[in-house]
Amino acid sequence: MAILHTVNKSPFERNSLDACLRLAAKGSSVLMIEDGVYGAMKGTEKSAAVDSAKGDISFYVLGPDLKARGISEDKLIDGIKVVDYSGFVSLTVDNDKVQAWL
Amino acid sequence: MATKKFMYVNRKAPYGTIYAWESLEVILIGAAFEQDVALAFIDDGVYQIAKGQDTTDLGIKNFSPTYSALGDYDINKIYVEKESLDARGLTVDDLMPLKWEDEDEDWAEKDSIKVVSADEMKALLDESDVLLNF
Repeated sequence: MAILHTVNKSPFERNSLDACLRLAAKGSSVLMIEDGVYGAMKGTEKSAAVDSAKGDISFYVLGPDLKARGISEDKLIDGIKVVDYSGFVSLTVDNDKVQAWL
Repeated sequence: MATKKFMYVNRKAPYGTIYAWESLEVILIGAAFEQDVALAFIDDGVYQIAKGQDTTDLGIKNFSPTYSALGDYDINKIYVEKESLDARGLTVDDLMPLKWEDEDEDWAEKDSIKVVSADEMKALLDESDVLLNF
């Protein structure tokens, strides 16, 4: 059953993203929100882990949280899709359940 | 009402934040609804069921004995991720011996805790109907 995983903590402060990547099954979706959006940036020590999981997992990041933090889309890891709030709702509806990595 | 598979996912250490206590409260309330309940302990969540907790000097409630009562509420699927134990230098012997009594086998005492790999945990999350995160 499809799971939408949400990550709302900076990967440099907490291990939420690491745990998510370790335990998300193939075919699931990951949405980065709040401070979790820092995990979507390229050139960080966490970028490689996200990049190598891209084949099995679909990655999304919440646009308003990027904008608030001054992160432009050209700074994102290739292949991560930016969604707005209605996109967030769609992801929630399209998956069977949500796993929030608090 | 059809029975659903509930999975309570616990990832925080017990006393630094309220998550662990809140989770236990919800688990006990949820137990009254006769659903198929399982618990997952991942990352710092494994510290919640560590042996030998004593909060006397903190002046706050030590709620760890409550985990031992879960078997009486038919909650006997307690999954602990091996990778999380390993990372913290812990083994199952460092955890409280949580048991339940099997009515179908003349009340034989059985272990509730099952240590599982990350891949097994991944599958357990996947096959649950409802995930509750703490």
